[in-house]
Amino acid sequence: MRQFQTEPSSAQQGGTEPVIVARDVEKWYDNGFHVLKGVSLTVHKGEVLVIMGPSGSGKSTFIRTFNALEPYQKGTIEVDGITISHDLKNIEAIRREVGMVFQQFNLFPHLTVLQNVTLAPIWVRRWPKAKAQEVAMQLLERVGILEQAHKFPGQLSGGQQQRVAIARSLAMQPKVMLFDEPTSALDPEMVREVLDVMRTLADSGMTMVCVTHEVGFAREVADRVVLMDGGYLVEENTPQEFFNHPREERTQKFLSQIL
Amino acid sequence: MTPVTPNSFASGPPALIGLGPIAWAKKNLFSDWFNSLLTLIIVAIFSWGLWRLGSWALTMAQWPVIPNNFGLFMTGTYPPALYARIWVLLAIICALAGLSWGVLARNVSILFSRNVRLGLAAIGAFIVLFPPTRPSALKLLPLVALVAAMAAVGRQGGRRFPGVGKWISLAWFLSYFVALWLIGGGLGLTRVSTNDWGGLLLTLLAAISGIALCFPLGLLLALGRRSALPVVRWLSTAYIEVVRGVPLVAFLFMGQVMIPLFLPVGSRPDRVLRAVIALALFSAAYLAENVRAGLQAVPRGQREAAMSLGLNTPLTLGLIVLPQALKIAIPAIVGQFISLFQDTTLLSIVGLAELLGIGRSVLANPAYLGRYAEVYLFLAVIYWVFCYAMALGSRKLEEKLNTER
Repeated sequence: MRQFQTEPSSAQQGGTEPVIVARDVEKWYDNGFHVLKGVSLTVHKGEVLVIMGPSGSGKSTFIRTFNALEPYQKGTIEVDGITISHDLKNIEAIRREVGMVFQQFNLFPHLTVLQNVTLAPIWVRRWPKAKAQEVAMQLLERVGILEQAHKFPGQLSGGQQQRVAIARSLAMQPKVMLFDEPTSALDPEMVREVLDVMRTLADSGMTMVCVTHEVGFAREVADRVVLMDGGYLVEENTPQEFFNHPREERTQKFLSQIL
Repeated sequence: MTPVTPNSFASGPPALIGLGPIAWAKKNLFSDWFNSLLTLIIVAIFSWGLWRLGSWALTMAQWPVIPNNFGLFMTGTYPPALYARIWVLLAIICALAGLSWGVLARNVSILFSRNVRLGLAAIGAFIVLFPPTRPSALKLLPLVALVAAMAAVGRQGGRRFPGVGKWISLAWFLSYFVALWLIGGGLGLTRVSTNDWGGLLLTLLAAISGIALCFPLGLLLALGRRSALPVVRWLSTAYIEVVRGVPLVAFLFMGQVMIPLFLPVGSRPDRVLRAVIALALFSAAYLAENVRAGLQAVPRGQREAAMSLGLNTPLTLGLIVLPQALKIAIPAIVGQFISLFQDTTLLSIVGLAELLGIGRSVLANPAYLGRYAEVYLFLAVIYWVFCYAMALGSRKLEEKLNTER
């Protein structure tokens, strides 16, 4: 009983090249819970896609399959033309092109802010240290953390930590950025500074997939909004239609609960 | 109506810091009659004990047993004609220690603070006033001077070449092999059989070798126990659980008897080596559990963040997970090292003349019959000094690695 499905070929932004193509992805947890029940989605270059949905709907699990943090049992996912397989080299190649920002920031507490940002470029991209640091400083300036470059993450506020986490992902120059509830663990007064950074990033043309509950952000920044519920992709729409005239009854119910 | 008085927590002095000694004593020792009574009883017991110990040490104890056998306590039956080699080794260690101290404290303004100078002067004065054996005092004084001089050199060098720390670690690593060469001979030096290694020298050598062997082994076992490969996981778990179920004494005896069975016929490894291997194999099982606790304390998100940046498994482990896990496990790991150090006393049971074994053979000498208290007190102080040094080092390391504030 698939309620809604996008055909990868007939996406809205016809003509632009797809960055992520997920087809009929199904996943069971180890305890047998069927968390993804055949989800298909295409993300195009330069697009900002927001995934909403109640907790337990599988939205986080779904975007975590995009960089192979979550294995899945059925379906295919293609990222930047590479199909995810069990081969480690293949998975590492995909992870190099996909940045991810976590709800809990997950900065490395034993490294300084600058070391957090330069680590992957130095060890994975094999950049010389000087180049990695130069790029890192530019990114830290962009997210407004330049003065804290030599502090440790534990000395920063939650909002600052999340901005560092964004800079750390950007340092790998990814083709697409995944945001897994980036503002959910933040104190309310810090949500804005993180959303502002994400907004700037979207304006710069970055391809972004965001799982978030920030309706304002979804309305203003998203090109498409998607609702997931119970392991299904329920509705896919433009922000105006999604928030003002949702097609599905499930969406209306969800919106009435969060708005 | 009486006005509500704020409770003592709110109205009391903001902190104990800054209280004068009398006020401090009043607050902490004599706050009410019951605490005053407890304080007085405890002070009385301690004073009595200290007085008895002091009067014994100064009037009844016969200390000559220590200086007369000092060479034995330090090096066992090592040939006195070759003591020069031990002195050279001591000089190398003092030089490296001074250098490391200077480099580590290069940014601290208090390298030769009043306390440190007082401490050095006290050591010097002690050596002059109570020379363990008269001629050795002459050699110990320059060693103290060497530590101080190298500390000054290290301080300057460390400031000029910030990357020098790596080379000092390498020097310490190499010094271990130089030490083995100086002690055991070969390559142009007269050979000294391990049967003649003994005393504190053997204790330290066994402890350092044991620690150096058991750390990587324990690390591998801990990783093995958490491996995704079932066979590796089962083998590691089995090893850990079997070894933890066997007493160390039994393990040491098995080491003496069984290690040769696993080696080619004819190659009979040295007794000391067999004992050290047994000690390391034993401690590795406990160390593995300490490291595993550290590994489990690192949040899953750390691994995921590292992997999502494209780091492969070895890099994730080496750069992200292990540094954090080991930092968490430092107190437990150092605790394991301290008990390994103390476990070296069991080597005397398998016939090796380490510090405690030498103590017993000294006591077996009719000339020193009944001098148990003197000898064992002396040994206890030596063990305490080394164990406390390790504990202090671990605390400093923890402070240094604390990035939370």
